[in-house]
Amino acid sequence: MKVKIKYFASMREKCGKSDEVLDTNSENPKELFDEITKKYSLNININTLKVAINESYESFETKLQELDVIAFIPPVAGG
Amino acid sequence: MFTISDTKLDKIDLENQVSDDKAGAIVTFDGRVRNHNEGKPVDSLEYQAYESMAQKVGLEIIEKAIKKFDIHKVIGSHRVGHLQIGDAAIIIAVSSSHRAEAFAACQYIIDEIKSLVPIWKKEHYTNEDSEWVACHNCVSHSHEEAHNHSH
Repeated sequence: MKVKIKYFASMREKCGKSDEVLDTNSENPKELFDEITKKYSLNININTLKVAINESYESFETKLQELDVIAFIPPVAGG
Repeated sequence: MFTISDTKLDKIDLENQVSDDKAGAIVTFDGRVRNHNEGKPVDSLEYQAYESMAQKVGLEIIEKAIKKFDIHKVIGSHRVGHLQIGDAAIIIAVSSSHRAEAFAACQYIIDEIKSLVPIWKKEHYTNEDSEWVACHNCVSHSHEEAHNHSH
């Protein structure tokens, strides 16, 4: 299954890209996060993140669908 | 309407857009870049947004505010890119018949934006490496259990 992942803030710097299309067997954002943690040797506590699927906040257990756009959201600091 | 802008925010223009013959009050919040944070001198800031989602979430917050408060019109705009000290990072303008509702709605909207809209801030310090800010006061909902310190 192909999904698009978007990276922001410190994650974007650590992964060295703003987005990518990944062919994955991960069934939910939690598994996907574990996959990219290995891929980029990340050291980020998942409890500090939220996840958005197709621009809506979702839980890390939501089942992923083909072509979903997943964004891992570090603590926001707008305003 | 909630927009993301890579150019200077125009406060007068935004206030004009919420102007309404029924409105006796317009309350505007103008969030500025300050020269310090948590005791460290700050030279400038960089804002990054998940633009399409930020617009969507910002609009949802405004729509909720319109249902919750007796107000007429709302507009919000957030800057992205490199900002200097004193620049406006966000402007929210709310019009209502009487001032109390506009003050309350404006406060509600900025609080919700700070906790929910996917925008990030990198501070460039005078004496240290620049850093993405985790706005602890703004981290809410699912994150609270991840923080065991008090604010």
